[in-house]
This record gives sequence, structure tokens and C-alpha cells, in this order.
Amino acid sequence: METFITFLSENQLMVYLVILMIFLGIELIEKVPSVLHTPLMSGANAIHGVVIIGAIIIMGQADNIYATVLGFIAVVLGTLNVVGGFVVTDRMLEMFKKKKK
Amino acid sequence: MQQHILNIIYMLGSVSFIFGIKMLGKPESAKKGNLIAAVGMGIAIIGTIFLYESNGKGLTNYPWIFGGLIVGTVIGTLMAKKVKMTGMPQMVSFFNGMGGACAALISLVEFNHLSHEADFTDAEPTHLIIIFLGLVIGSISFAGSMIAYGKLDEKIKDKTLPLQQVINIGLLLVILGIAGAASFGFFDTPNVLFLILGLSLLYGVLFVMPIGGADMPVVISLLNSFTGVAAAMGGFLYDNKVMLFGGILVGSAGTLLTVVMCKAMNRSLTNVLIGNFGGGSKSTGESKSISGSIREVSISDAAVLMKYSKKVVIVPGYGLAVAQAQHVCHELEQTLEEEGVEVKYAIHPVAGRMPGHMNVLLAESNVSYDKLVEMDDINPEFKTTDVVLIVGANDVVNPAAKTDPSSPIYGMPILSVEDAAHTIVMKRSMKAGYAGIENELFYNPKNRMLFGDAKKTLTELVSELKNI
Repeated sequence: METFITFLSENQLMVYLVILMIFLGIELIEKVPSVLHTPLMSGANAIHGVVIIGAIIIMGQADNIYATVLGFIAVVLGTLNVVGGFVVTDRMLEMFKKKKK
Repeated sequence: MQQHILNIIYMLGSVSFIFGIKMLGKPESAKKGNLIAAVGMGIAIIGTIFLYESNGKGLTNYPWIFGGLIVGTVIGTLMAKKVKMTGMPQMVSFFNGMGGACAALISLVEFNHLSHEADFTDAEPTHLIIIFLGLVIGSISFAGSMIAYGKLDEKIKDKTLPLQQVINIGLLLVILGIAGAASFGFFDTPNVLFLILGLSLLYGVLFVMPIGGADMPVVISLLNSFTGVAAAMGGFLYDNKVMLFGGILVGSAGTLLTVVMCKAMNRSLTNVLIGNFGGGSKSTGESKSISGSIREVSISDAAVLMKYSKKVVIVPGYGLAVAQAQHVCHELEQTLEEEGVEVKYAIHPVAGRMPGHMNVLLAESNVSYDKLVEMDDINPEFKTTDVVLIVGANDVVNPAAKTDPSSPIYGMPILSVEDAAHTIVMKRSMKAGYAGIENELFYNPKNRMLFGDAKKTLTELVSELKNI
């Protein structure tokens, strides 16, 4: 129990951030037309690709074969998530380009 | 100094994610929003590579980092560019799984660091909890997304084990129990990590396996928010604000999006997760037998019927997309308009495989945006419609959703096509739809069936219309 209390107190800023982020995420999504659900899901999918930063860090600090191999795979998979996610979303959103008035 | 610049870059990245998601929520700004988030992500990645420092040491292994980035970029771009519009949902699921796997790998390596330096049981329990959570959530998201991908691609069938829900809940408790005990040093072998990995992957598979195909979009959205949370664990691990920011933002927005999608289909989340929609519904189908006979119509009769109508509504479904018939469908619409017939498209919120999927497909074949009418706006119009042409859609026009409480789709909002004077259902066979249930509309005296491949039949219909 004590470890948790210390953890929360030491990471106050991060915990505040998490709470605010949760509410912000909810605010941002409300009242979105259903036409946009799929592109929005796909866009959010690309954004959680930010996990690539962790992969780059472990790759850049790798000093043994285990970390190097897993780190490399992690960078490739993370990049797939980011690049693939944004490109797919972009293709979906083509439909709104030539909207007729 | 370097560290401060990186912090500012992360701030810009985080703000770009907020603007990106906000702008993705409006049709006019969606494309720009996606671009802004992508640029923010790009600078955060480049900034990390060149400016990241830990204990005064920068990153090394540049060839590996850039090698990985290039390989991922090439494969990702090719896959995303090559996939057909009909395959979009499984592509999203696939990329989501990649993110989950990435988060799990980060945990594996970080744990390895801990157990190499000293006995891992000496580490802070909170630190271990974060590593284990990243591993568990990432693996579940990876395994689940791959199953969802296989299901949407029709490579994997629905399967339900006896007592599936009990097994699932039990397994989840076991995973959390082991991970919790390991965090507080109750296991002294580092191999406990692989046990947790294995069980989490198994749980991911069992979690998605029994959920029916029609509910897959909801599941993907949920797994999407899981990956967000897994990414946020990485944020805690490296005290990295942009990872935390992006991860939690997607986690919470994704959860709400899941709930909103459930609402659009008029189902609750628990119902989706526990209700075994589609998968185990075969027994309920017997509760109400459908009587009557089906009547077929010839192509020329169908053409005459439509030509002398005032108003025709086309209901496109996934069958249209599979047959790649959206272009011919647009041609049919133009031919009818030349004859002075008013043509509209009725778009059910979940037409296709995901909300908004059908709009994307039709827009691709140049159907004008204002001809696509959403369900709530078109439903009152069916009373004044002469002919409704249903192309490859099934469950979204099944009146059982309104009349038969024992039906698995009961309560789902549907298109009230039975209000129209005539309906023509274009289908390949009498096979049941995605939810695996019979459709009483086919037996309605006002309905006619037009069997055949959607593209071929539509082409014949267009040439017939031009000949009359």
C-alpha cells in the first residue's frame, strides 16, 4: 500500500495529466457524425503508434543481442502502426475532398 | 539544452494530437487533422532519435534505428496503399495489432534490463507493475487484433467454447494474479515473464474468438483503446510525456468511440462482449419460423418497374462492395436520373463493415455526397418510394429487428424498406447475412428476388434500361 502512495505522490504531475487526458479524450469525441467513426478510429489508431518512441529508446540503448533483436522488431512494428495508420486514414478521407455544395 | 528542446518538441507533438483528433471529428477538416497529427508524430520521432538523453548518454545503434524505420515505412505504405477500400477495417485492425506487439516488446526488453542488472525481485513493485501491464495489455491487443483481422478477412470462423465467459474471466484473473504476485517478488524466476506473455496472448485469442463478425468494428475500437493504454504504460516507464499523452488520449477517446458505436447499433457494450452475437445465435433462429414463399423477378421486369417509377432508393450493403459493383451502381443511378427518376442511396450506420465504410466506398466511385442519405432521414421517405433496390445488404433491412424479440438483432435500428411500394433484393443466394439469421423481408408479398452476382446483374440491368 505504501509503495502505491509514494508512487502516486512522486508522479503527481503524470497522474494529473492522465486524469485530464481522459476527460479531454471524451470531450473531443462527443457528437461526431457516424460517417466519421471509421476514419476517426483509424486516426486514433495511428496516434497510439507514438509507442514507437519507446521502441526507438530501447533500440538506441541496446547493448546485447536480445535487446537489439527485439528492439529492431519493435521499431519495425511501431513504424508499421504509425505510417500504415496515417496513410490508411488519409485514403479514407479522400471522400471529403471533392464535396459538392 | 538538448533535453529542453526535446521537451518542447514533445509539447508540440502532444498539441498536434489534440488538434488532430478534434479536426478528425468534422468532415471539412478531417483530412487536415490527420496530416497535422502525422507531422506532430514525425517531429516527435526525429526529435527522440537525435536529442534523447538518459543519464547524459544519447542514443546509439543508428543504423538499426533507421533500418527499422525504413523497413516499417516501406511495408506500411505499401500495405496501406494497396489494400482495397473493402479491406479497410481489417487493415486498421492489423496496424492496431502491430502497435500492441510493439508495446509488449518494449516491456520484454525493459524487464530483461532489470533481471540482468540484479535480481528483478529487488525492483520497485510499481515499476514492475507498469512493465507487466504494458506486456499484458499489449499482448492482448496484438492477439485480439490478429483474430479480428482474420475474422474480417473471413479466414477465421466464430468459435465458442463451452463456458467461454467463465474461462475468459478466470484466465484474466489468473493473469492479473500472477503479474501482481510477480510484482511483489513472489516469484524468483524471471521466466514468469514468458508465462504472463503466453497467457495474455491466449486471452487475446479467447476474448475475440466468440464475438460475431457483425460486432467486429466495436471490438477493433475497443482493442484500439487498449493499445493506447499500453502505449501510455511506456510513457510512465520512460517518464515520457508525449507517449503518455498520445496513449491516454487514444485510450479514453477510443473507449468513448466504442460506446458511441454500440449506441449507433443500439447495443450495449456488455451485450457485445458477452452476448455472443452471431456466433451462438443459431438456436434462437428456430423460435419463429418464417412462412410464405419467395418470388423471383426477371431483369427486364425489374428494369421496367424501375423505369416507370418516380422515386428509387438504393440500399447498398457489403455484397455490393465485395462484387466491386459500386461503379456500375453509380451508372445505374445516372441512367435512371436521365429517365427522370429520383434516385437516392440509403446508408445504414453500419452498412459495409464499419460505420462510414459505405460512404467511403461510394465516394470512391464518384457518387455525389448529397445523394447519400443517413438512416434517420431516409426512413420517413420510404412511404413515398416506388422501388427500393437492395444490393447485397441483408441484416440492415431485416424487419425481425422490429418485430421479433427473440431475434439476435432485435432492437437494432433498421431501414424500413417494407414501407415502400416494391422492394427488389439483389443477392447471390438465399444464404443468411452476416448475423447468420433468416430475413422475413424476402418472403414479403411486396418483395421480389433478383439472384446473381451484384456487378453482373447491375450491368445487365443498366443495358436493359437503356434498351427499353
